Amino acid sequence: MRSQLDRTEKLLIVGLPILIALGFILPEWIVNYIQVSLGTGLVALGVMIQMRAGLVSFGQGLYFCIGGYAAGMAGKFLGISDIFLLLACGLIASVTIAFAAGFLLRRYREIFFAMLSLALSMILFGLLSKLEMLGSTDGFNLPSATYLGWAPEGDTAKHALYVATCIPTIICAFLLNRYLRSPMGYIGEALRENEIRLEYLGTSAHRAVHIKYVIAAGVSGIGGVLWALALGHVDPEMTNWTTSGQFVFISILSGTGNIVAPLFGTFILEIVRVYAVELSPNTWQMILGTLMLLTIIFLPRGLWSLIQEKKHAKKSGGEK
Amino acid sequence: MLTAVAIAVDGLGFAAWLFLSSVGLTLIYGVMRILNIAHGGFYALGAYSSAWAIGLYTQTGSTIALTYLIIPLAALAVGVIAGLLIERGILRFMYGRDEVLMVLVTYAIFLILEDVTKLIWGTGSMVAYQPAYFLGTIEIFGIPYTIYKLCLVGLAIVVGAVLWWGLNRTRIGKLLLVVIEDREISRALGINVTLFFTVTFVIGVTLGALGGAVTAPQISVVPGIGAEIIVMAFAVIVIGGMGSIGGAIIGAIFVGFARALSVHLYPPAELFSIYLVMAVVLAFKPYGLFSLAEGRKI
Amino acid sequence: MFLLLVGMLFAMFISSTEKSRKKLFIIFSMKTTYSEEELIMQNNTQVLSKRTSIWLAILAVSSVAATFSTQAVADDKEVKLGIVTFLSGGAAGPFGIPARNAAELMVESINAGTVPAPYSAKGLAGAMVTPIYVDEASKQKVADYKKLVQKDSVDAIVGYISSGSCKAIAPVAEEEKKLTVLFDCGTPQIFEDIVTEPKYVFRTAAHATMDNVAAAKYVLDTHPDAKSIAGINQNYAWGQDSWRDFSASMAVLKTDVTTTTEQFPKIYAGQYGSEISALLTKKSDIVHSSFWGGDMEALVIQGGGRSLFKRSQVVLTAGETAIEGLGAQMPDGTIIGARGPNGPLAPDNALNDWFQKAYSDRYGSSPTYPSYHMAQAILGVKAAMDKAGSTDQEAVIAALKGSTFESPSGTVSMALSDGHQAIQETAYGTYKFDKETGKSTLVNIKRYAANCVNPPEGTKSIDWIKSGFKGADCK
Repeated sequence: MRSQLDRTEKLLIVGLPILIALGFILPEWIVNYIQVSLGTGLVALGVMIQMRAGLVSFGQGLYFCIGGYAAGMAGKFLGISDIFLLLACGLIASVTIAFAAGFLLRRYREIFFAMLSLALSMILFGLLSKLEMLGSTDGFNLPSATYLGWAPEGDTAKHALYVATCIPTIICAFLLNRYLRSPMGYIGEALRENEIRLEYLGTSAHRAVHIKYVIAAGVSGIGGVLWALALGHVDPEMTNWTTSGQFVFISILSGTGNIVAPLFGTFILEIVRVYAVELSPNTWQMILGTLMLLTIIFLPRGLWSLIQEKKHAKKSGGEK
Repeated sequence: MLTAVAIAVDGLGFAAWLFLSSVGLTLIYGVMRILNIAHGGFYALGAYSSAWAIGLYTQTGSTIALTYLIIPLAALAVGVIAGLLIERGILRFMYGRDEVLMVLVTYAIFLILEDVTKLIWGTGSMVAYQPAYFLGTIEIFGIPYTIYKLCLVGLAIVVGAVLWWGLNRTRIGKLLLVVIEDREISRALGINVTLFFTVTFVIGVTLGALGGAVTAPQISVVPGIGAEIIVMAFAVIVIGGMGSIGGAIIGAIFVGFARALSVHLYPPAELFSIYLVMAVVLAFKPYGLFSLAEGRKI
Repeated sequence: MFLLLVGMLFAMFISSTEKSRKKLFIIFSMKTTYSEEELIMQNNTQVLSKRTSIWLAILAVSSVAATFSTQAVADDKEVKLGIVTFLSGGAAGPFGIPARNAAELMVESINAGTVPAPYSAKGLAGAMVTPIYVDEASKQKVADYKKLVQKDSVDAIVGYISSGSCKAIAPVAEEEKKLTVLFDCGTPQIFEDIVTEPKYVFRTAAHATMDNVAAAKYVLDTHPDAKSIAGINQNYAWGQDSWRDFSASMAVLKTDVTTTTEQFPKIYAGQYGSEISALLTKKSDIVHSSFWGGDMEALVIQGGGRSLFKRSQVVLTAGETAIEGLGAQMPDGTIIGARGPNGPLAPDNALNDWFQKAYSDRYGSSPTYPSYHMAQAILGVKAAMDKAGSTDQEAVIAALKGSTFESPSGTVSMALSDGHQAIQETAYGTYKFDKETGKSTLVNIKRYAANCVNPPEGTKSIDWIKSGFKGADCK
């Protein structure tokens, strides 16, 4: 692994204080969308790193939900409200389950991977919808987060939670970027290109998929915790296929080229949706669909390609 | 005994409905490798147009029998109009793109169709029960079943048989099988693949719309019915093996009976019976029951 | 603002492709050759003009700027209402749109001063109402809510049909300190578990316990010899709660009643063939269903065709929304509820006459219970604002708390949960289709006083039912 920081990492490091500062500058409602977008953006990141290996998870909502519910249940039944413990709960729960499910899922590729991951997430949806103890489909509410014994209130609590959302998100993005640049990460790319050749090279494709799956689940679990804390509420809709589908769409729309893309993409999509609803509350889906089509037609590699290709241009210009 | 018979009839009835609702999806996937989320939109369009046409027709007070002609015609109209518009207007620019990207394209189309149906037919519910009631009921072991529902089983068999015959016993069908097998080689052989894509898409859309059109008399047609069908149809064709007509039949029967069993014997399991079947089948047959062996390019 | 955004996205597309028009031309005119297409894809790393980045920067800056500029200062003579209902998805047709229609009607009539007494004064405490409609079908309900409060600076929010939404929103509303009137959602948990000391959250409709307690009472009033009950309810919180309340009430009211089968199909399933067979094989005296909207209509069509309604007495607690549309298709004798005294169960009063007429003149169909609930919520806000004489939030809250106001469905008293939860009388009726006039009617209507079917202050609904309705005042 190269120890030098690449552009994305520099961007992330510089971005963190800016992101946090934005939380104090921008109007609160938009900060709110940033905050929830960071949570769901992490899940989209999980989808994206799997997509790098050609695996499309149509059931990433499973780990989003497990993360959120793990945190929620820790709060509800154990009275835990410390954000670090909650994050740990969400992470451990999703990683454990992903590790077990990975033995099954790692054998699948393409659409079958997509459908099996979907099936697993829908089974959880069915179970949660039946559990009256956990509020059935209405879900239940989470306690306000505390920070190592510090329990802020009012505006301080909002800012604290925002900062506490930004930091893990950026750390996750940073680590994932490292992962994608590591040999393990490149195996993923090779996996998408040609699995058989990869096996000839002496690497286990199954193992690589398994690791990737668990990592994606862990990130999604953290995303779930952060999102649930921002919302203060969890419900089984988190693991419904429509939610999972949205993560996939965000990843494709924003492009898989860069780790930052899904985070931005989530936010942009969210803002576009908000304005579409405001402009035309009855036909906003049509606007969203049309914009999606246009993006695909004109920006086949996602929104991020706008930025990326500019960089390419600069590079080639410099070489000349 | 009573329960066993009920399970058999209900399972069969549900399976027939599932097959009719999902066969268009598997056909389009098989030929074009497009996982068509807009299928749900076509299903809804079919349901709306059939309910609307039946409503207009019955207001004239003529015999109900003719509505059985209106239903397939409505589906055909949707198939030809929507199918051609979307294939020629949008999809053909996208061929060759990543399969996943195509899913997104069809999702975008689905979102647009959702609002199009709302713009055309409004948000109120539409009922067109006349065809379902006209044929009356038949009692099987004391439980009444509508004959319309049993006719759907017949229709499912006919659709399945025609597709099988068309694919395996006609020249065009055989050419289509070649296209499914290998696009590049068939193009090299001089087959007009583009035309095949267009025709297949129109047929697939028509079948999706037909699923909705025959369902319309049994339900209340409301916004959102399209979204419900997508995952169900996916589950059916994944269990059977993507792109296989026979697989869709088997998948529909599996899911249909699983649901009937759970409803009669253990109702709480109904909610995820389908996904449970899907997970179990895929755990043992990773590529579905009827998957075609695919040559891997090294 | 949105147009600006769209325009810029378009500009982005155009600028990004400016130098590759030729390629674009190829893409559009291309035959669908697989390999050819792939080639194009590979070549597609086009060199972009610097304009792209400029556009992107403009986009970012302007969207931020716009968010600041749209922070409107509340006008003295204007009062903004955020109205949140389902505008897309399966709940839009039966609930969301009728509710939005009612909101439109009420807002216009209030601004024009055409609502009958005691609401004939123009506006809310003299201020004209500006509504802002938001789709409840959103994954980011809380963020949408905060946007209404902070960006649109609404004076109050009226909304939420799904109990899940209400559970998520109620604590946020308390946090945001914004008057929020829940108009339709049914779960009693809102004030019993979620927000136990409400200040800003109100609910102007009675909770769902009332519906099922009254259903049980009506069933036993009309079928005192019922021996067995069966249920078919959607497999989500609403269906589960409804069945739990109904079966518990039946068990208390008539101890020898047995339950034969509990069916819980998935919401929006649409196909109930198997469930109907299961209900038919069990031959229960009573079949209870809290189905609503399209699912309920499908159940009626499919069950009606198969004699389910003849062999068992079917109770549809939310059946009212379908009776006009189904007409002769709804079997005679079906017990119908409307989640309160709404629609055909509404009492005879001038307000109701006006509402019925104004609504059907405008939309061509009679108002159903979601419309009534919406009208009730808006009138509740109006009553409070008029009484307070201003739109000042603290004054309005003080006026609304514990108040009693008139609505098209009779008197509403904010009696529970420290004056934040409404109770109302309710009614059930039996369906009858008049073949000669082609009109759907409800006959044998029985009314149940508010204190008879609602728990007293301080008692949780399910405990109250299990205690044998302790403290109920049924006269």
